[in-house]
Amino acid sequence: MDAASKKVVFDPLVDNNPITLQVLGVCSALAVTTTLAASLLMCLALTTVVACSNASISMIRDHVPSSIRIIVQMVIIASLVIVVDQLLKAFAYDVAKQLSVFVGLIITNCIVLGRAEAFAMKNPPGPSFLDGLGNGLGYSLILIVVGTLRELFGAGTLLGYTILPTTADGGWYYANGMMLLPPSAFFIIGLMIWGVRTWKPKQVERAEYQIHQVHRTEAT
Amino acid sequence: MEAALSLFVKSIFVENLALSFFLGMCTFLAVSKKIETAIGLGAAVVVVQAITVPANNLIFQFLLDGGALAWLGLPDVDLSFLGLICYIGVIAAMVQILEMVLDRFFPALYNALGVFLPLITVNCAILGGSLFMVERDYGFGQSVIYGVGSGLGWALAITALAGIREKLKYSDVPAGLQGLGITFITVGLMSLGFMAFSGIQL
Repeated sequence: MDAASKKVVFDPLVDNNPITLQVLGVCSALAVTTTLAASLLMCLALTTVVACSNASISMIRDHVPSSIRIIVQMVIIASLVIVVDQLLKAFAYDVAKQLSVFVGLIITNCIVLGRAEAFAMKNPPGPSFLDGLGNGLGYSLILIVVGTLRELFGAGTLLGYTILPTTADGGWYYANGMMLLPPSAFFIIGLMIWGVRTWKPKQVERAEYQIHQVHRTEAT
Repeated sequence: MEAALSLFVKSIFVENLALSFFLGMCTFLAVSKKIETAIGLGAAVVVVQAITVPANNLIFQFLLDGGALAWLGLPDVDLSFLGLICYIGVIAAMVQILEMVLDRFFPALYNALGVFLPLITVNCAILGGSLFMVERDYGFGQSVIYGVGSGLGWALAITALAGIREKLKYSDVPAGLQGLGITFITVGLMSLGFMAFSGIQL
């Protein structure tokens, strides 16, 4: 792989992450992360859809009149999501049931439409596919981290295997039930954003309103 | 009647689309900087949700569900796999029609909603509402109540968040947490507050 395509694939992991920087596709990142298995399946589904939709939209980008492009993109994305949804129902029924409506909601996941608009409409199919793959991986990275934290500290298990034996089963770990509830997902992602931005200060947003800084020589 | 009221209250507070199912988060975080715009978007979501959920309910009941095509003499056909593409089509069409109707008959409201109407097509709260309606097997009456209730719940949440963010901009937030980070934490705390409703039974 040459340098340019490497950049397209790996840039969205941290430097231009779809969730922490572009604020795209946050809904499902919060909702499906109560267990690691569900998060992994969701990552797989989303990465497949983004990569394939990017590639197919890019192939027809010169033939679509710009006034109807959104609806064309929607139809392509919706068809791909139906395929993924049916595959999941056929081969991973239990986890697919757990994901409930969120597989269907990939259609309105802003990552898919956002990348189609921002990248696939301007670039040839090859790079578009890689861009989809990269953004899917960036999304997956966040989901896997959040899913691991929530399942490990909320239930003491990972992928269903016991890591921290909980007091309910006679172990020593007192499970933090809060981790399995919706608010914890917000807190974890909020703190992750803080972490990433401390590491990469370039991503920090400017304050809308700056409190006047008083120097100690002025105060007296 | 009591069941209807219970469903209404449940869809606004207990099963709030934004705070307990995380739906419509992208717009929720992006368009909550000012109270006025938040209220405008909230109102648009209520209207669209109240129209699309019952409309999709009719489509599901009479066209897509297994055995729904019996009136055409095709009792064995099950088109429910086409659901997703139909619902998103209905939503996109409804938003477009609503936009034209508002423009023609209520120009003041149309100007107030402005750019938010087209944005609603890709708001997952709308598609999510329709998918929950199908998953939970609501009838037509229930779907009307659920549509209005869940829309109101979302509008309530975004207005509250906008109120908090308007005050929050004067606070001294650590640099890395500025903007998106502190908003996530705020929404987490709001969601914690809304969990207090989960014990309500009517």
